[in-house]
Amino acid sequence: MPTLETTFASIRCINPFWLASAPPTNCGEQVMRAFDAGWGGAVWKTIGEPITNVSSRYSSVDWNGQRMMGLNNIELISDRSIEVNLREITEVKRRYPKHAVIASLMVESKRHAWHEIVQRAEDAGADGLELNFGCPHGMSERGMGSAVGQVPEYCAQITEWVKEKARTPVIIKLTPNISDIRMPARAAKRGGADALSAINTINSITGIDLDTLEPRPNVDGKSSHGGYCGPAVKPIALNMVQQVMSDEQAALPMSGIGGIASWQDAAEFILLGAGTVQVCTAVMHYGYRIVEDMADGLLSWMCQKGYETLDDFRGRSLPNVTEWKHLNLNYKIIARIHEDKCIGCELCYTACWDGAHQCIHLDRALPAPNTLRTPAMVEAESRSRITTTPIPKLGLDGDGESGPYRTPLARIPRVDEHECVGCNLCSLVCPVPDCITMERVDNGLPSETWEERVNAGAVAESPATSNLNR
Amino acid sequence: MSESTNFFEQAPDSPEIAARFPDLHPPFNKTAALTEANRCLYCFDAPCTIACPTHIDVPRFIKKIASGNLQGSAKTILDANILGASCSRACPVDVLCEGACVMHRYNTQPIAIARLQRFAMDALHESGAPLPFLPGEDTGKSVALIGAGPASLACAAELRRRGIRAEIFDARPLPGGLNTYGIAEYKLPLAESLREIDMLAQLGVKFNFNVSVDATKLAALETTHDAVFLGVGLGAIYQLGITGEALEGVTNALDYIAAYKSGEITSAPGRVAIIGAGNTAIDAANASARLGASEVYMIYRRGPEQMSAFAFEYEHAKQEGVKFLWHVRPIGIQGTEKVKALDLARLEVTPDGSLVPITGELFQLQVDLVILAIGQATHTEFLDSGKVKLERGRIVIDRMTGQTSNPKYFAGGDCTNGGREVVDAVADGKRAGIGIAAWLEGQNANA
Repeated sequence: MPTLETTFASIRCINPFWLASAPPTNCGEQVMRAFDAGWGGAVWKTIGEPITNVSSRYSSVDWNGQRMMGLNNIELISDRSIEVNLREITEVKRRYPKHAVIASLMVESKRHAWHEIVQRAEDAGADGLELNFGCPHGMSERGMGSAVGQVPEYCAQITEWVKEKARTPVIIKLTPNISDIRMPARAAKRGGADALSAINTINSITGIDLDTLEPRPNVDGKSSHGGYCGPAVKPIALNMVQQVMSDEQAALPMSGIGGIASWQDAAEFILLGAGTVQVCTAVMHYGYRIVEDMADGLLSWMCQKGYETLDDFRGRSLPNVTEWKHLNLNYKIIARIHEDKCIGCELCYTACWDGAHQCIHLDRALPAPNTLRTPAMVEAESRSRITTTPIPKLGLDGDGESGPYRTPLARIPRVDEHECVGCNLCSLVCPVPDCITMERVDNGLPSETWEERVNAGAVAESPATSNLNR
Repeated sequence: MSESTNFFEQAPDSPEIAARFPDLHPPFNKTAALTEANRCLYCFDAPCTIACPTHIDVPRFIKKIASGNLQGSAKTILDANILGASCSRACPVDVLCEGACVMHRYNTQPIAIARLQRFAMDALHESGAPLPFLPGEDTGKSVALIGAGPASLACAAELRRRGIRAEIFDARPLPGGLNTYGIAEYKLPLAESLREIDMLAQLGVKFNFNVSVDATKLAALETTHDAVFLGVGLGAIYQLGITGEALEGVTNALDYIAAYKSGEITSAPGRVAIIGAGNTAIDAANASARLGASEVYMIYRRGPEQMSAFAFEYEHAKQEGVKFLWHVRPIGIQGTEKVKALDLARLEVTPDGSLVPITGELFQLQVDLVILAIGQATHTEFLDSGKVKLERGRIVIDRMTGQTSNPKYFAGGDCTNGGREVVDAVADGKRAGIGIAAWLEGQNANA
């Protein structure tokens, strides 16, 4: 039976699921309920000199009837006193000694201030410290949060100060609001950090109220850019985690953050090198209870794959992420439509014509293939057809049209295999699982990358491109 | 020429009928509509659009609901089908758009197109916004339209949008034909039909009511108008030709449905027999059940496999408690002043398919009301011989343009197709409207 137990930068964890430093970890009462629900650890809502928050604080982006594809907040760090927060940490650790409690910290960029808060947090019983170098709003205007994370030298400096004092592992939380996340990560590593966490939230304006023309979240008619998170940011987070973890000068134990809501999300972050994962938006949406399936699902996937521990697959996908110039140019796939699964929605057809390479056609019912028939011609033909209500007959099933498949032949698109470039788009838009598969074509050519072509002198790299490539 | 009408307010208000005939398919609320709209795959060259006789761009209007553009959604519907509101309620969508939905081959539940369409149309009505079209610039041409049913209304709308005057003549006091008087109230309330026509009147369609057009009147209209559209529908329901048909308590389905819809009757006697098994017969049977009849029988000379009602109508009638007597023929109606009983003969099917009475298998059914629903005769006698070509009483037209054998005459709807759905009549009227405009333009060019 596989286990989710793991050790992260010397912090023992009963599972890799941590709550990120955010509203779900605001107070001891919440954190204890979260632990009861199954969370393995919690990064406390950032502790520092108490702030004053505004109302309102959150706004979200809905998509196609689903709520909160992305969430944005302009809330600052804890608005409760340092004493209260630390007292509650002590209480939580006393009652839940096996659970990881990480103190997220943010104070002004002064050595003594950091020394003092580190001492107090560790005295309270925190298992580790996470330095919040990522908060993109409000605090950054006061020289803290992402104002630190965006300047590698500051990152290194503060990490050094903290490491002078700290006895527990120090995790540096990175901001994505920077052109190359490896730079602050390298700086943190230089400064002696024990671990990293990424990503913090992304600068965002979620939307404008079209009645009042005021942005959201609305604070007395005005708003401010906030931090974006939730499912929408996961791909960005995965990329940044991979960038850091593939970089020798930056890689450290990584706590992955960004849109994680399911066991699949967690597995993907771990495959790119994360040791633990942190969750916020999904809990804000559905509550602590979601962790049950994250653990359950991850374990059963590990069973299927034969993994005993998280270490068995941590970072296993990192070697598969490479630079474009190392991709095999001679690898050829083409789309195949499985006629028996096709429901005749023709989304692949319109996507290929308007969004790709015009190589899917609706000509199966025609006497001969016709690649010149455009979508407009297809529609015009349908609209000019006279349709009448069928004469009612009991048991009429509507399947009047003939053909070998349940969908009429005329509605099943055909891929022009010679023209198909293997872009995947049709298989992405197809609503039916496994209806369009991308299948490898043996073109008899050996693997060859762009770099190999350039090195072989087969193509001349243009000066402009070579300047751009580092 | 635009004159404001207020047909909606002329609708009889019968709380009792409203209570007995609540919506069979209740409206979506905003949340439900949004959820359902988001379920639509947005098919290309969508089968629902192809299946709709008026080719409403279904995915387009649904996506507009999803995007919150309700005005645009209603306009998309009306652009293809000026009676989009009543069609959303009256259409047999199981065999049209929803029957064609690809979801049947996906996860089996088709998109609730009709209810979404009604949602968009209700939203337009509630907003109080005018019809999202303006009449075209006046061409000076005018068309007389005979009958104020769906075919004529659709034709008139197309004409007005092209700047052609449209003057409608109808024998009844209110417009809409069967749309107003003939559709089960739990599908399309009479008032809703009128509300929709009020909007159409904004295009400047002129209405003349209580006018029966005979051969003489027609000849006069032909001289005062540039073209004539015949949307006269069908005529009376056939008689059985058996004894007792003149007794009180014998009626026909169309009169019965019109009477309860207009609030003239609000209750049914205990035992009702409906002769026939088509969709109209089912409407009459369900109506009797809802009006309080304790026993409702449908009498049909053939079996369930031959009945012409849609399968879903048959199922609905069974749920309403209607009993079906198959392979039975009425041979006489008993009673002195009022109907008392129906004499019936059991039939059997011979190997060649014909129906013959089984000797000695006669029985009597005690009934208080007999409703005939065995099909409608045509109503084209006034088109004196040779005016337009007829075939078995139906007006022969070119399907694409609605033009009859007489170039100045166009036609559409039940009088040409023998009796189909509202949406078929709308499609006919629309094609004819476009056809008339094209023909008039051709006449101009030739002049």
